Amino acid sequence: MKFGVVVFPGSNCDADCYHVVRNVVGQECEYVWHESKDLRGFDAVILPGGFSYGDYLRSGALARFSPIMQSVYEFAEKGGLVIGICNGFQILLEAGLLPGAMLPNDNLEFRCGWVNVKVENADTAFTRLYRPGEIVRMPIAHHEGNYYAEKETLDELERSGRVVFRYVDENGCPSREANPNGAARNIAGIINERGNVLGMMPHPERCSEAILGGEDGRRLFLSMVRALCS
Amino acid sequence: MKYKGTVVVTLKDGIFDPQGAAVRGSLLALGYPQVVDVRMGKNIVLYLDVPSKEEALSLLDEMARRLLANPVTETYMVSVEEWCSRP
Repeated sequence: MKFGVVVFPGSNCDADCYHVVRNVVGQECEYVWHESKDLRGFDAVILPGGFSYGDYLRSGALARFSPIMQSVYEFAEKGGLVIGICNGFQILLEAGLLPGAMLPNDNLEFRCGWVNVKVENADTAFTRLYRPGEIVRMPIAHHEGNYYAEKETLDELERSGRVVFRYVDENGCPSREANPNGAARNIAGIINERGNVLGMMPHPERCSEAILGGEDGRRLFLSMVRALCS
Repeated sequence: MKYKGTVVVTLKDGIFDPQGAAVRGSLLALGYPQVVDVRMGKNIVLYLDVPSKEEALSLLDEMARRLLANPVTETYMVSVEEWCSRP
């Protein structure tokens, strides 16, 4: 399977994603410069973390207008798998590919550390190798991860199983203390209605090898490969 | 005709503004108990070359809607004044 990692000016997790796809998961991978418009031949697209356009105006607001994004729309429209991690998630929100928006963390801190995340939906192309309700450890590193959406949108996300990841404590409880940024209903990751576009704040690419302190992220990429092969 | 437009973007009412809350906390500490709430925002100034003030306003509104403000979380106000020299 061939993955594309989109590189915006200011992306800084692109090399991590590329490394994991290529060397850990053993798939083909290519960088795609944001000025390109060509996603032909790719099976999956990763919008990596970082600070695209310096986070100017709002995180992800300017990246959304990069030439590649029109192709990402079309790619998603055709059912291709798209994952946005951290800044990539923010871009997907700004682009309207996922509902809601990001606010600055309610504690005003840049939060960098490990969090417990519950896999709320293990029946997606991105999570099928996790157990339903499994609690995994992943790192976060962001200043704008305070997910916000109107109540009706949140209810709809919950009802349709589109909250894929949630911040929880070690007992699996979505407590206020376990919420690193104030995100509505402790939401750490959501998926679109069709199930082919996922956005998440935690960084699976930073925890795909034991040498980096955790391997819980690897199964996300392997899930994608499995989904693409089936 | 040149116009100077200003777009002020703020969080919608009811959305917690952590920056505003932090600034209010400092103002309270400085001895201003009168401050009930503080809302932070962005002040964006745009210099436009358009034939009329109406057109300037309508362009600003369009740009605010499409890019400068995020309709999910933010609200905006636009204003225009005449501007003769280039910035």
